[in-house]
Amino acid sequence: MLRFIARRLLLTVPVLLGVATLVFSLIHLIPGDPAQAMLGETASPQDVADLRARLGLDRPLASQYLSFLNGVVRGDLGRSLRTNEPVVPALLERMPATVELAIAAMLVALVIAIPLGVAGAVWRGTAIDHVAMTLSLAGVSIPNFWLGPLLALLFAVEFGWLPVSGRGTWAHLVLPAISLGASLAAILARMTRATLLEELREQYVTAARARGASWTRAILRHAFRNSLIPVVTLLGLQFGAVLTGAVITETIFAWPGIGRLLIQSIGFRDYPLVQGCILLIALTYVAVNLATDLLYGFIDPRIRFE
Amino acid sequence: MMAKVGGGIVTFAVLAALVGPFVIPIDPATQLLSLRLEGPSPAHWFGLDELGRDILARVLYGGRISLMVSMIVVSVSVAVGVLVGSVAGYFGGVIDEAISRVIDVLLAFPGLLLAIALVAVLGPSLTNVVLALSLIGWVGYARLVRGQVLRAREFEFVQAARALGASTSRVLVRHVIPTAIPAVTVQATLGMGGAILAEAALSFLGLGVQPPTPSWGTMLNGGRIHLLDAPHLTIFPGVAIAVLVLGFNFLGDGLRDALDPVTRRSTEQRTTI
Repeated sequence: MLRFIARRLLLTVPVLLGVATLVFSLIHLIPGDPAQAMLGETASPQDVADLRARLGLDRPLASQYLSFLNGVVRGDLGRSLRTNEPVVPALLERMPATVELAIAAMLVALVIAIPLGVAGAVWRGTAIDHVAMTLSLAGVSIPNFWLGPLLALLFAVEFGWLPVSGRGTWAHLVLPAISLGASLAAILARMTRATLLEELREQYVTAARARGASWTRAILRHAFRNSLIPVVTLLGLQFGAVLTGAVITETIFAWPGIGRLLIQSIGFRDYPLVQGCILLIALTYVAVNLATDLLYGFIDPRIRFE
Repeated sequence: MMAKVGGGIVTFAVLAALVGPFVIPIDPATQLLSLRLEGPSPAHWFGLDELGRDILARVLYGGRISLMVSMIVVSVSVAVGVLVGSVAGYFGGVIDEAISRVIDVLLAFPGLLLAIALVAVLGPSLTNVVLALSLIGWVGYARLVRGQVLRAREFEFVQAARALGASTSRVLVRHVIPTAIPAVTVQATLGMGGAILAEAALSFLGLGVQPPTPSWGTMLNGGRIHLLDAPHLTIFPGVAIAVLVLGFNFLGDGLRDALDPVTRRSTEQRTTI
């Protein structure tokens, strides 16, 4: 197991380096002079020169790159151009809101997906299966930037049950979590159905039935438990999609997380903050994927020996 | 059945986008300010937006943009992905290692995030949306094709072609790559839906198609502030996106069932529980 963990950690190092390199190069993809682009056309040449010096853009590229990597390792990503506050504390302040939303969305997704997937597998080929799978395909197809406002219109404005936007109580979390979790629920429902169908064909299910277990018991106590492993893995791997979706959901519901900060920073051309948001989301994604990988290897010994 | 429904939806959407503007000859930019935010009526089936523009005409023109963007993005992604994936899978070794590491790094970014980042630095425009989505789109196809080619290069007919003296490019193009076509077709069909959603998301965030060009994403963004007094601004473009993406998903799913013998067999042999 230790060798497996060490190998996986080692494989993550070049990925992390690549992610940092790509985030570093973003600022150099800006057409023309990045400092001019950040300050706008009306900025004076002196202001532009000052910003170039402040961001280190007047130094050789290799030197800038090494400084950036050094900053990433030390947790120093510079200062926001708009507020002049250090980037990392601003990110850390927003991160809990995004994590809270992502976890809530995943819980919502599981609550919707598991019954749909199980129903689809157990009543395979029937109207129930068709309805469950059509619902799940619809869930993948409906954009969260459409679902969110519609949910707000219905449950916040028409019925007045929930707040329209902001963060505070659990009630604030409901609509953003449903909006963000719907498409994930759809993907998980399809996965649950597919894996449960595979498990139901296994001989141990037939054996359980032969021992007198009811179908419900054979499904819930035997097949369903085993079918959950790939579903949980997929949940981890879909964390990236949830984080990206959070950028949109946070914008719609004025949720004060990293996603909203990213879009606001893009609007203000605050590129150090944009870089910070992108880097943090990507690093979180890599970390969750690594954790999922390790957990899967822990649960299923066959993975460790691949 | 699902594939037929999906095919029908996609055909209808393509025809509506191509022929629709001629059938309903209303300029999507014409403003009737005195009728702004008016709901659906016999004269304007989907109503008018905040500037008094006909929503049906804008949905039809927006459909052209969505379909055009998704077709270009998927075509470029498939072309680059097939080329890179087949080279990596066929040659293996250092080439495969280098390509696989690049793929790993790009996959370390959650899908749309890299597109948001690229458009943020390149500037919001339709061209940059196509560029950003294509830059991230090829990765999935490359990984898929690499896996297929790794398997295919061990097939006897591929080894026979090599033994008969066929050139590397001939073996790849005539024998290896065709084995990946069914999987790529399914992925590309589902990818059309994904590209439509991604373009609409970027436009919704103000990073894609810029006003006054009609786009489903910008229409949804414009409708947000009128959600209470004029929900039709939000409903129609949203339905258009959802239905078209659902159509591509139905079609992709149906194609997968039709092209994958394992799924087809298991569908035919229904287990009764």
